[in-house]
Formats: sequence, C-alpha cells, structure tokens
Amino acid sequence: MSALRNKLDQLKKPFNKGEKWEKFAPAFNAFDTFLYVPNHTTKKGAHIRDAVDLKRTMITVVIALLPALFYGIYNAGFQHYSQLGEAFTFWDAFAHGAWKILPMVAVSYIVGLGIEFVFAIYRGHEVNEGYLVTGLLIPMIMPVDIPLWMVAVSVAFAVLIGKEAFGGTGMNILNPALTARAFAFFAYPTFMSGNKVWVSDATHIDAISGETILGTLAAGKEVTYDAWTMFSGAIPGSIGETSTLWIVIGAAILILTGIGSWRIMAGGLIGGAFMGFLFNLWSANDLMAFPWYQQLLVGGFAFGLVFMATDPVSAAQTQKGKWIYGILIGIFCIMIRVFNPAYPEGVMLAILLMNVFAPTIDHYVIQSSVKRRKKRLSTATVKSA
Amino acid sequence: MSNDIKIRKGLDIKLKGEAEKLVSDAPRSKNFAIKPTDFHGVMPKMIIKEGESVKAGDIIFYSKYKEQVKFVSPVSGTLKEIKRGAKRRILEVVIEADTTDTYKEFGQKDVETMSGDEVKQHLLESGCWPFIKQRPYDIIADPEDAPKAIFISGMATAPLAADVEFALGKRKEDFQLGLNAISKLTSGKTHLSIDKRSASFFNEVKGVQIHKVSGPHPAGNVGVQIHHIDPVNAGERVWVINPEDVAIIGSLFRTGKFDATRVVAVAGTEAPKAQYFRFKIGSNVKDILGQLPANVRIISGDVLTGDKIANDGFVSYYSSTISLIPEGNEYRMLGWLPFKDNNIPSMSRTSLSWLFPNKKHKVDTNLNGEERALVVTGEMEKVLPMDVYPMQLLKECMAQNIEKMESLGIYEVAPEDFALIDYVNTSKLEAQVILREALDVMIKEVG
Repeated sequence: MSALRNKLDQLKKPFNKGEKWEKFAPAFNAFDTFLYVPNHTTKKGAHIRDAVDLKRTMITVVIALLPALFYGIYNAGFQHYSQLGEAFTFWDAFAHGAWKILPMVAVSYIVGLGIEFVFAIYRGHEVNEGYLVTGLLIPMIMPVDIPLWMVAVSVAFAVLIGKEAFGGTGMNILNPALTARAFAFFAYPTFMSGNKVWVSDATHIDAISGETILGTLAAGKEVTYDAWTMFSGAIPGSIGETSTLWIVIGAAILILTGIGSWRIMAGGLIGGAFMGFLFNLWSANDLMAFPWYQQLLVGGFAFGLVFMATDPVSAAQTQKGKWIYGILIGIFCIMIRVFNPAYPEGVMLAILLMNVFAPTIDHYVIQSSVKRRKKRLSTATVKSA
Repeated sequence: MSNDIKIRKGLDIKLKGEAEKLVSDAPRSKNFAIKPTDFHGVMPKMIIKEGESVKAGDIIFYSKYKEQVKFVSPVSGTLKEIKRGAKRRILEVVIEADTTDTYKEFGQKDVETMSGDEVKQHLLESGCWPFIKQRPYDIIADPEDAPKAIFISGMATAPLAADVEFALGKRKEDFQLGLNAISKLTSGKTHLSIDKRSASFFNEVKGVQIHKVSGPHPAGNVGVQIHHIDPVNAGERVWVINPEDVAIIGSLFRTGKFDATRVVAVAGTEAPKAQYFRFKIGSNVKDILGQLPANVRIISGDVLTGDKIANDGFVSYYSSTISLIPEGNEYRMLGWLPFKDNNIPSMSRTSLSWLFPNKKHKVDTNLNGEERALVVTGEMEKVLPMDVYPMQLLKECMAQNIEKMESLGIYEVAPEDFALIDYVNTSKLEAQVILREALDVMIKEVG
C-alpha cells in the first residue's frame, strides 16, 4: 500500500476507539475519507453495493455549479470594467471577479464546515457532505458587493437555525442556502437590493451602478438588454444566477448523471412559462407584459430551479409530488415577481414557500396509495364475509 | 384478464462468474449442519443428544412455540456437535455423516386420495414443512393458518442466481406431484410464475394458475409477483415455496423418503469452477468446493440476500446458489470522484458503466462509501416494482409506527424485496435489516 496510506493509518491511531482523541474521530475521518474511499465492507444486507455515495453525489452537484461560478466570476469583472469604461481583457475581468468572489467562497466554506465539524463531533456522527454544495451555493446567490462578515453571519444562521436545529443533514425543512439568502435579504436589505449592489464596487464608486432587469421592470423603467444577453448572462445580478446558458449546462450535468431531478426542473419550467404567458395576455403593466420566455431567462429563476428547488431534502420526495412541487414553484415565482414589486426576485420566496408545502404534497400523493390499499382490504373483507 | 406480469421497474446487475450449465455431483460432505438461524423466529428444542445416531428424515429438533413444526436430518449419521453462540443460542447442529444414507421410511403415498389435512400432517411429520414459508413476515408457515393462496416463483432474476428450470432438470414428475400435494393446502389458487421466455416443462404443469413474468430483477421475487397477482391484505396469509423444494416434496410422496438433494449453482468470479453441483441440504462448503483462498466472501445464497458463511461453513437451508466474490477491504484513492473506478457499476450515471449496459462486472464487497443521512430521493422507488413507497415505509419502520407501517404496505414486502434498495441507495442504509426488525415488531404486536 502506498506511503500516503501508511502515513494516514499512522496518524489515525490516536483517533481509534478507546484512544485519547476518539471523540474527534469524525473530524479526522472527514479528511481521511476525502483522500480514500474507506476499506469498509458490507456487514449486513446486500453483499455488493452501488458505486455511488453521498460524496460522489454532492461533488457532482459542485461540478455542475462550476460553469455558472466561473461565468459569474468573469461577469463580475465584466460589469465592473464595462461600467468604468476602461479597456480590459478577459483575464482582467476574471481576475477582478476572482479577487471579489473567492474570498466569499472561502468564508462560506470555513464558517459552514467549521460548524458542521463541531456538530459532527458533538453528535458523534460522520461529517455529512451536503455542505460542500450549500457552501458554494451561498456565495453564488449573493450580490457581489456584500461584505464578507455578512456572508459569514448568513452562513452561520443557515447552518445553525436552518439545518442543525432540525437535526442536521436530511432533516431540514428549508433549503439551507436559501435560508442564508433570505436571512441576508431581510437582515441587510440595503446590501441585498437596489441599484448599488449588483455590480462590483458600485457601493463605493459613484460612476458604477446597475439594477437587475427585474428591478428595472419593477421600477417601471425600460429594459435595455436583448434576449440573447439575458440568456448568455452579461447582466447585473447575483453572482451565479445571471447566465442561463451555463446554468443549463449545469442542469444537463445533473440530469445526465441522474443526480438532479428532471421532474422538478421540467415542472418549474412549465409552471413559469404558463404563468408568464397568462400575465402576457393580461399585460396590465411592464412586469406583466414582459415576454414569458424572457421571464425564464432573467433573475434567479433558472439558477433557483436547477440548483435549489432540486435539493432532495427540502423538495417533494415522491415522483408525482416532484411534478406538482416544480410546477407550483414556477407559478409562484412569476406571480411573486409580478404582484409584489417589493420583491422583484420571486424565486427565493417561491422555493422557500414550496419547501414548507413539500411534505404536504407528498402526504397527499402517498395517501392515494394508502387509499388503494384500504379499498382493497374492504372489498376483500366483503368477499370473505 | 391476462395472467402475464410485466415488470418495468427494477435493476439487473450483470456480474461476471455466471455458473456454467453443467451439473456435477459434489463430493459428499463429511459433516452436515442444520442451522436454526436459517429459520427466522424459530426457537429450537433439541430432541436428540450429541453422540446419538440418526437416519435421514429423523427429527433433530422442533420449534418450541409451534411444536408441530419439526426439523429433520438431511443425512444419516451421528450428531457430532451442537454449536452455541451468545446466550447459549443454538447456531449449528452438526451431523457427522455415514458414507451412505439410510432413510427413515415415511411410506409411499397416493396424493390424489389424500385430503389437505393428511398432506399437511405428512409434510409436518417428514420435516418438509419448513420449506413452506408465509407472507407477510417471511417466516415458516403456521400450519394452523388457512392461506388464501399459494405462490411459487419459477424464475430467479437476482444476480448470478441459479436458473430454476435448469436446476430442476428433468424432475418434472416430482415437481408435478409436489404441486398436486401443496395445492391441497389451500382452498384458494396455487400460482406458478414462470419466465416469459421459458420453454421448459413449466409450461405443461397442471392444476395451477400459470403467470408469465418478464422484466428486470426483482421480477423473479415471489413477493413482487404476489403483489401483482393477489396482494396480501391485513390479516391474510399466503404461503410460498421454492420450486426445488416442491420437487423434494414430490419425491417424498413418490418414494417415501426425505431426499434433501438439490442442484445448486456455484457462481461468482472467485468460484474455482462456476457450474452447478448436486448435493444435499446442509453440506459443508469446504468439503464440496475444497479449500477456498482467504479474502473471498462466501455467500450462501445470492449476492443481494445471501448469508456470509465461513470458509468451512455450511450451506444454508434455503440456498440454491453459492456466490463467491472478492472481499473489498481495500482503500481507493479519491474513489468518490464521479467517473473514477468505472469498473464499479452504478444505477446513477456517475460511473461510465451505464454506457455499456450489457457489460458484466467483477464486483467486491466494498461499501463504496460510508453510511450517511437519507438525502437522495427517488432511487429506492426505481427498484421496487410495487405500489409501496419504500423510503417512507423504511422511515416508519425505524420509528416502529405500527399503524403507518400497516397503511404503507408492510404486509406486502419481505426483506428480499428490499435487497436492491440496499444495493442502490446512496446513504448505504441497510434496508433489509431495518425491514426484518420491523417485521419482527409486527409479529409481536399484531401477529
């Protein structure tokens, strides 16, 4: 066996059962199992097991997020430099974005994983990998100019109140990343909306400003972007949400690997398009008249639908339930956007709302099976009587 | 209404090491054992002592709580040892075999003239009763129950499992005779499910309702077939029996002897000779296969539901397959990355194995990860072709909520039906164990 493996086994000794650092074993194991899939064999139940585990599942989602993240980093620089009117190269833009965004990612991971490790040791279970995704999602749905300490506080709130308070991974009702965003949105509204937060350095350089397209519409102003720009993503907005193109590529990765639920994504698309189309027919104001297909391209609709609505823990769990859940997210997202201009971004609230209703949806879906069983029982008793 | 059953959900795991269609007589074991642990929920009450001699068919022990249910010796010989485990629980009753068997005479019987009760009595006395199991709960049938139907699955779909029709070979007469006897045990129907592609004598069997089944594993599981033919409601009982054991029962009526010989598939990449062997129930695996290398998992049964047995262990009572696969006690560097180690198959498409659906894989016993909280949804439903929500049911099983378990269909499932859930679930949850424990709670609380 390799030298690294030997070294790890040696380092692991004090963490073994009965040794002095036994309590901290989850922390060591998190690193150990990151390097190596452990040598655990099946003890009970089926003797062979599928290659997939939670680490692989979560890392697939992280990979699916990367295209949108890289574009978001570039777009942060692009928005910044094009507003300043300076000449810049692709790498200038990328470097500027990275300089702003990578610290946010680092803060999110350090704070979030720190809390996860503490809880794993406290509760005596292994560190769950779910935060690998949450930790990347949180910075990607924040405005680029948000101070790092706000990221840290939002992360702490989401992990402590949104997840651990419910019992940890797999038990939470709300999507933790959206919990972080909702917390920031209501705790620090001036840093989460308006026309001074979406473009890098807009908070302190007067020459820079920029409103999201939905913000512009809500304010009753003219939208100057064409549909292609909305799709490709060179628009102001939260870091990861702007480029529908790269989000679609991420969605393709999730659907092809079978990790993300295509039912939820398809449902959301149908619901959103349907609602947008209905409003187009009504057309009482700019938001209603905004073409339905452009509704699907702007704001966090695509990002939320692909990466947040599909979170298996907080989504509906039954097949039929996933359709209903997805469709309702689409409908509510557009409805919130149009009816409540104070919250131009409807997708966050739509998903959080449906997170709350997901267990109810599942309950009624499962009841249909339960009812079939009861009916069968009653006819069987009648026959034998 | 068509009697065909078409299963769509499920998963065929294609493995290397399929048993060649060739039958040899295995060398006769020096020792045989009956393992009370094979009979779930049975508390054995020994009636012979160490050193006493027995004939094939002589009673060794009976069930303490159901005294009619008796367990007999498969061979003639001397009771060598009663191996006990924790709390003096009997693990193995080992019999040192004579070189040739002498049989206890049960007398030849004419099934046609026998009543259901006479058949039942004969099966109980001859030790053939334990072949009959009941659903719900997947335990030995209670002779005092009246089952609404009897089900036999003439098709095995589990990976590397013995081909039922091949294993039965030319035992058409015994099989038919056994069926005639068993169908007298119910006032309802006796159902035989066969592979849709079958061309064997199964198609000509009389006196039973034949169902042609197609689809991926677990289509061959009798529980799945029951669910699609005549599902079990609360309070009802159905009985199930393996086709090989139907033939053993048939031969009992024909010859008056309990001949526990079966044709068993020895399969898997580590099998010295992957083929079919003929030997008696309870044979010693070392005697029939020779010394096997260390670091091989010897499974009495198929790779999804079988029991792990030791190098010199004994074949379990109900096994028609012995699977031999490598142990997977090795580390894999960064093995959790998607598309790494594509030789390990996955139902998700995070292993390139999905590009080659017909490729056969060599698998080991590595967990391929660690146990985690239940996060991923939808995967369990993909491999359970029943109107049952498996994840919700498992959660209620863990909570031991009897009412909820009942309404979610616990009476319709047996641990083997959840074996694929063990295999596919991302959280490495042991669904079969959870279900077995929940079924035991149901036996205690509901009965």
